[in-house]
Formats: sequence, C-alpha cells, structure tokens
Amino acid sequence: MRVSGKVFKYGDNIDTDVIIPARHLTSADPAHLKEHCMEDIDASFKDRVQPGDIMVAGKNFGCGSSREHAPVAIKASGISLVIASDFARIFYRNAINVGLPILECPEAISKINEGDTVEADFDTGVITDVTTGESFNAKAFPEFIKNIMACGGLVGYTGSELKA
Amino acid sequence: MPMTMTQKILADHAGLDSVAPGDLIEAKLDYVLGNDVTTPPAIKVFEQLGVKEVFDKDRVLMIQDHFTPNKDIKSAELNKTMRCFAREQNIRHYYELGRREMGIEHVIIPDNGIILPGDLIIGADSHTCTYGALGSFSTGVGSTDLACAMARGVTWFKVPEAIKVNLTGSLNEYVTGKDLILNIIGKIGVDGALYKSLEFDGEGIKSLSMDGRLTVCNMAIECGAKNGIFPVDDCTLKYISGTNPERYAKGEYKVYKADEDAEYSQVIDIDLSEIPLTVALPHLPSNIRKASECKDMKIDQVVIGSCTNGRLEDIGAAAAIFKGRKVHEDVRCIVIPGSQKVYRQALDNGWLQIFDDAGCVISTPTCGPCLGGHMGVLAKGERCVSTTNRNFVGRMGDVESEVILSGVPVAASSAILGRVGTPDEL
Repeated sequence: MRVSGKVFKYGDNIDTDVIIPARHLTSADPAHLKEHCMEDIDASFKDRVQPGDIMVAGKNFGCGSSREHAPVAIKASGISLVIASDFARIFYRNAINVGLPILECPEAISKINEGDTVEADFDTGVITDVTTGESFNAKAFPEFIKNIMACGGLVGYTGSELKA
Repeated sequence: MPMTMTQKILADHAGLDSVAPGDLIEAKLDYVLGNDVTTPPAIKVFEQLGVKEVFDKDRVLMIQDHFTPNKDIKSAELNKTMRCFAREQNIRHYYELGRREMGIEHVIIPDNGIILPGDLIIGADSHTCTYGALGSFSTGVGSTDLACAMARGVTWFKVPEAIKVNLTGSLNEYVTGKDLILNIIGKIGVDGALYKSLEFDGEGIKSLSMDGRLTVCNMAIECGAKNGIFPVDDCTLKYISGTNPERYAKGEYKVYKADEDAEYSQVIDIDLSEIPLTVALPHLPSNIRKASECKDMKIDQVVIGSCTNGRLEDIGAAAAIFKGRKVHEDVRCIVIPGSQKVYRQALDNGWLQIFDDAGCVISTPTCGPCLGGHMGVLAKGERCVSTTNRNFVGRMGDVESEVILSGVPVAASSAILGRVGTPDEL
C-alpha cells in the first residue's frame, strides 16, 4: 500500500481532546467527526486538508482518552497516514483497529517540514520526502496488521477471515 | 523466568506458565467495560460482527456517566442505544441514574465489589487503569476492541515491561495520592511509561488509603502507562471484605506477587514525606509546581469530583475544609460526589449541608465538566482548579480556558481563597 500527500505537521503530545474535542462526541458518525477534527489547535485544518494528505507529529501522538473517535476523525478527514516518533498505546491500537495507517519514525520527524510532499510505502516502511529528496526507514508492520489496514480495519479483516 | 505482578496476571489469563515483555498473547477477560460515549460505536461493531449475544451478561459492564443526566438530544440518543442493548442482552451491571449502585464507572466498579484482586479487565475508557489499586490488571481500549471482547471474552495483549515505583516514608498532612501521582508524571513526563506497567512497591504503600491508591492508578495513563498496579495487602483485603463480603469469604480472588528478581526497565524511588502539595498547570499533567508557588493565580471555578477524586475520602476531605467557611465571591465551586453511595453518605454525614452553607453547587454524579461535557464548562479566559485528571487545551471548555489539576485539599482551599492556595492559609 503506497500513499502520497502534503504534510500537516504538529508537535509532541497531540492529545485526543484536540484531535476531536469531547463536546463533539455526541455522535460517532465519521462525517460529523471530520468537521471538527483538530479544530482546537488548527481551526483551518478541515478546510485545507485534501484526500491523501499526511500528518506528521512528534512523540506520544494520541495521548489521553480512549476515544476511537480520534483515529476515525483523522481517517474521515482524508489523511492517508500518520507518521509520529511514537504513539500513545490506546491510540496505536485504535488506529490499527479502524484502519488508519500509522508509522513510527523518530528520525523523519525532525527532517520533514510542514507542506512538504511525502510518499510512503506501508509495506516496506520507506518514507520519502519528495520535496527535499530525503528518505527514512520506519519499521514495517507484520503481515496480519497490513491485512487489517487493507481491509479498512479489524471489522473488515475479521469478516474476510471468517469468509476465508 | 521471573515475572512482575502484571506479567503473572497476564500469563495466568492466557493459560501460560510464563510470559516475557514483548510477547503477544491472547488472554481471557474477567470483565469488559464501556460507557455512554464508547459503547454505542461498539454496539454498531458488535452488530457488524453478526454476533447475537455477549459472551457473558454478568461480565459486560455498561455504565452511563459521561454526558449524564443527558445534556442534549444527541447524548440522550447515545444513552438510549446503550440502554436498549443492555435490556435486550439482559446485562446485569447496567444501572439507571439515581440507583444506589450508580455513579462514575471507576468509582462504582471497585466500590460495588465487582473487581477483586487478580482480575483482568479491559474498558473502553482510558481511566480503566484505576482498578490496579486492588491488585488487578486493568487497561483502556477503544470501541472496536470492546466490541470484539464483548463477543468473545478474550483479547490480545503485548506483554509490557515495567517501571517499579518504590515508596518509602509517609505523606504529610493534606498531601494525597493525587499529589504523589502528579509528581510521578512530572518526573517521567506524559510519555514516561509509554507501553509499560507502573508497579508500586515499598513500605510506603501502607500509608496510602485505598481511595488514595485508586487515585494513583487512575492517572497511570497520564504518563502513558498501560496499567498501574499495587500489591495486595491488609488494606486491600479489608476493602474487599467490605465491598464484596460473599466473594471475600469464599476466597474468590487471587493475590499475585512480583518475583523478588523480576526485571524492571527503571526503578523510581520516592520518599512520600518529600511530596509537597502539588498542582499541574496548563496544559499537561506533567507541568507540575508546588501549590505554594502559584498563589498569585486567580481562579473562576473549582471542580471537586471525577473518577480521579470523587470518592468518599475525597468528598469528606472537602467537607472538612469547607466547614464554617465560604466559597470566595468570585468563584463558583462545583462538588460532584462520584457515586450515589458517596452522595448518600455525604448526606448522612452532614457534608452536603456544609457544602450548601459554604455556597457550593452540589451535582449529581457525572463526568460532566472533567471532559468539558456539561455541568461546569469554562468560557474563554476562565481558569479552574480541578481535582480531575487532564488539563489539555480545551479540555473543560473554550480553547483559551485553563485547567489547573490538584488534589482535594488544594482545590477546596483555592475555592475559599479565590486563587490557588493551600489549607495552611485558611
């Protein structure tokens, strides 16, 4: 699975309250959630984001609440991949379960700039900043996690495994 | 191979003799938990899975607490989805508002005697880690994991390595478990225990009450920990003999002890007598200061309650400070007993009268303002001292509002002083 897009860059400890504020959790509908994604730290995000764009952030991305609404909101916004130094563990698990591609790559974080065009190959873990020409290696996920992503999340994966 | 407490509980529930950090295991769950925000999406996933019944109607806990009593039509619909499912599935631990068993999930689940030492619990709420105070393994997950666990009663885990927190000495007057956990978070940072267990040990533990330990484990997630856990001692056994005398008498619990030679990635030594009254300033729980160094910070609101500090000991400590005193004229103080039992005890003890005389608002048990839901949302530029667990940007309201985290004695004193303050100033 290959993705390519423009970078939205954020700092360390991006918490689930800023990814999707609790006041908007009265609905879990992705169409509703994407309207409010990142609004407390980047009010224009929802208007600027294009399908395929990539989010790049520092350490402990997705800390805070267990709300699965957070990766759902990011995915519904059209973000094709989140690259971070590391992820808070509940977010990490939720992202995989809802089929939001993520990669951990501390060295890429300091080098990739806001607005750069980045390509990534989810199968190999290779991340390329097309704007600067630099490449980085993130650790690729094992096969079953890649399959969960390819099925759009754990539910689709479980369904396809049950049929197989 | 020597194991930590957490590793032993995980190994037992996976049917394995031993596990090592990094092992991927599938473990049997004693309980799975959801609330009014996380359960409705889980029910949708559950239906997509095509499963007809939950794995065990006595072991799936559904607690409405975040936006209750329902703050608007949408939250009422969320709750209705959960209520209908719970009735259809005959879920034992679903309670209606106002009932004696009811309240904030992490207050009532230990207090109703549901969780006992050695249990393994997952919950679609990040503060599920609270129950480690009883010597159980508990951790937060999302709605999809909840749905799959509701269906099968198992889930997969990556076995965590552990940080040992070695406690010595005892806490000074008015210093609580909240000050201790804020100091740990301040020391290691909000990602200091990422993917790891926080295992408490040392003779200092005996000076911590059960309510204090529950507060400490509740906030283990705020330094990224997978779980926080205390060894089982006389205090734990006394607690469960009260919350569930029947299962206690039958010995239906299991005491796990870390091996003497268990490996830890880090050992943190803390002398409890050196922990000061502490606050965490905006906008991270790790941004700690001595409360005594923040006396120039004026405030608009105080919240006393939540799954972190809404227990009997907390509400009692607030009442002791408010007795014969008044909330500052520029401050509104919202007291939220964490459960109906705490509420009733506060009523019987005369504490509600003290709060009322002091000029506090007394709320029904709810998460409410902690997550900026309702019952005390902040306007732009307002500042609140709160006994809750997070002070992120926009957590309690406007993005330009501020939350300062503290224990109950600092929060109550601040309400009276109209600024951040400590009990010795009253």
